[in-house]
Amino acid sequence: MINEELVNKSSLLRQKWEDEVKKIVAKHPDQKESWTTVSDLGIKRIYGPEDIKEMDFERDIAYPGQYPYLRGCQPSGYRGKYWTFRMFSGMGTAVETNKRWKYLLATGQTGLSTAFDFPTLMGYDTDSPKARGECGKVGVAIDTIDDFRDLISGIPLDKITTSMTINPPATILWAMYIACAQEQGISLNKIGGTIQNDMLKEFIAQKTFMCPPEPSVKLISDTIEFGTKYVPKWNTVSISGYHIREAGSTAVQELAFTLRDGMEYVEDVIRRKGLQVDEFAPRLSFFFNSHIDFFEEIAKLRAARRIWAKAMRERYGAQDPRSLWMRFHTQTAGCSLTAQQPYNNVVRTAIEALAGVLGGTQSLHTNSLDEVLCLPSDHAVQIALRTQQIIAEETGVASTIDPLAGSYFVEALTNEMEEKAWEYIHKIDDMGGMVAAIEQGFPQLEISDASYKFQKQIDAQEKVMIGVNKYVQEDEKIDIPIVEINDSVEAEQLNRLAEVKRKRDGRKVAETLKDIEAACKKGENVMPYCIEAVKNYATVQEICDVYRGVFGEYRDPGIY
Amino acid sequence: MAERKIRILLSKPGLDGHDRGAKVLARCFRDAGFEVIYTGCHQTPEQIAAAAIQEDVDLVGLSCLSGAHKYLFPQVVNLLKAEGADDICVIGGGIIPEQDMQPLYDAGLKALFTPGAKLDSLVEWINTNVTPRA
Repeated sequence: MINEELVNKSSLLRQKWEDEVKKIVAKHPDQKESWTTVSDLGIKRIYGPEDIKEMDFERDIAYPGQYPYLRGCQPSGYRGKYWTFRMFSGMGTAVETNKRWKYLLATGQTGLSTAFDFPTLMGYDTDSPKARGECGKVGVAIDTIDDFRDLISGIPLDKITTSMTINPPATILWAMYIACAQEQGISLNKIGGTIQNDMLKEFIAQKTFMCPPEPSVKLISDTIEFGTKYVPKWNTVSISGYHIREAGSTAVQELAFTLRDGMEYVEDVIRRKGLQVDEFAPRLSFFFNSHIDFFEEIAKLRAARRIWAKAMRERYGAQDPRSLWMRFHTQTAGCSLTAQQPYNNVVRTAIEALAGVLGGTQSLHTNSLDEVLCLPSDHAVQIALRTQQIIAEETGVASTIDPLAGSYFVEALTNEMEEKAWEYIHKIDDMGGMVAAIEQGFPQLEISDASYKFQKQIDAQEKVMIGVNKYVQEDEKIDIPIVEINDSVEAEQLNRLAEVKRKRDGRKVAETLKDIEAACKKGENVMPYCIEAVKNYATVQEICDVYRGVFGEYRDPGIY
Repeated sequence: MAERKIRILLSKPGLDGHDRGAKVLARCFRDAGFEVIYTGCHQTPEQIAAAAIQEDVDLVGLSCLSGAHKYLFPQVVNLLKAEGADDICVIGGGIIPEQDMQPLYDAGLKALFTPGAKLDSLVEWINTNVTPRA
């Protein structure tokens, strides 16, 4: 891409410039010695043609919709359609969450995203002793299909796509969605949405786990197979780096571990289900963090697309271009926000969202300024959504595709992210894959190292968080409204569940649970049995208890 | 004979998996010369109290970011009391709104740390307020 003549010319000019800089720095030293990204990647004072001289335009960059998809999967960019404005929300009961969803849709949101409470996330019902104190706190409480019907009441399932952040019980919540669509007479090839359903990152980072890694991956392959056959527009897995990053990883670790997780799922479906890669790969989707280090994030997202395309083509022989596309959702970094001077979070989120858009995201959640302190208020959520709308419709950044392509710095950083990610991916290959690496505690420890180092850098003021370790406002009173989930939610939900349990046909529930158990033991796909069970009002926990019984329970090894 | 080190049990009660803070503290306390036992996530208050007694710790550190601290933290204090182990100091951290602080102190928590707390400040608090039990 860069011819020798230009490199030679540039090298001469660069030498002159370096001499000049040396003189200046000798007189006026730089403010600090090393300049690094938030992930501690060293950054040069300037980049030039010689930094990307090995690049080949056709091989490494090209145009959107062309291999290696560095610049985007869709040829037309954001002109036809902006990214989906998808705010993650859920709180209290299904009825309350449904109210928030309708508020968001009325405010201009274009897709839904569900936050569940911890008991639901972990496969316990509200009446479990383990659920005490947690009901409705961090998301919506769903015990049975009865709650689910309230959740989606008045939402046109054939028009709005819904994402569900659910992992161990993903089969069950998806079964509820499918059953509701069937009740409404909507054909399964019309419904679209996403279940997160990515267990590997749970063991690595988020710690919402239930069964051991091996059977957890098996259940994911069940959903991928079922989706491929019957629910073709559904993203059956959202392979997530978000939580890996929030747990304290570097950008490179987020990139590498997430993509290697994706490869693990691809390999399992091919091996276990005998599907051809092009049959299911087009529905694999991804989810990344957009952190505060602007260019590092853009480079990461661009590199992600190129690595995935290469991996799918070279490792798995995919031929359908859609199999090579990395489609992803992005969320701004919760861990970059501060409880101190919380209004500053609006600025952080805007910059992070901009990086997500310049990185070419298909869907975006912007955090609310109060999310370090509580669930977001209506007002805070509105500002967060407006941030996306301002980026889309006022700033002009969506007018042209991948505007940073060809920047010496951005291309060099993109290459560096890719190179370092492949090193990790090959290392994990050598360990026997991601399940094996997790069992050895490898990604967990890499992340612990990074997060401890970062915290020490913050404490030593080597890295800055405004309001926390610099420009601190002594005696600050944080005076923003705190949203609290009333304890009455728990009582209400307990009553509701008791009533469903009283009214349902207990024999039918027991039968359908037996069927799931048999399917688990025989290695059959559990999805058809789950749909039957939820239709008969089996609870989330009852089905998860079957999984726990057959597959065993995973306990946090507490690696640090 | 060398003085007995301060023994700390770090734990995450409830269903919350946000363990970044707890793990950073586990390393920090280890580096500060304390003995650290980290239970991992998803512990019931009963499991935590039992582990604290069995491990004969001087301090229990609880971390919760799910909003369930109001229920879970006092539970641990009460269970320790019921076992006659109320000389074990219990502290907590996480996303704890201002208005929940006083009720938690009233329930017997000795200190609460929220986002932005420096590692040194925690180590200093422990060195000042906790002595190895005989």
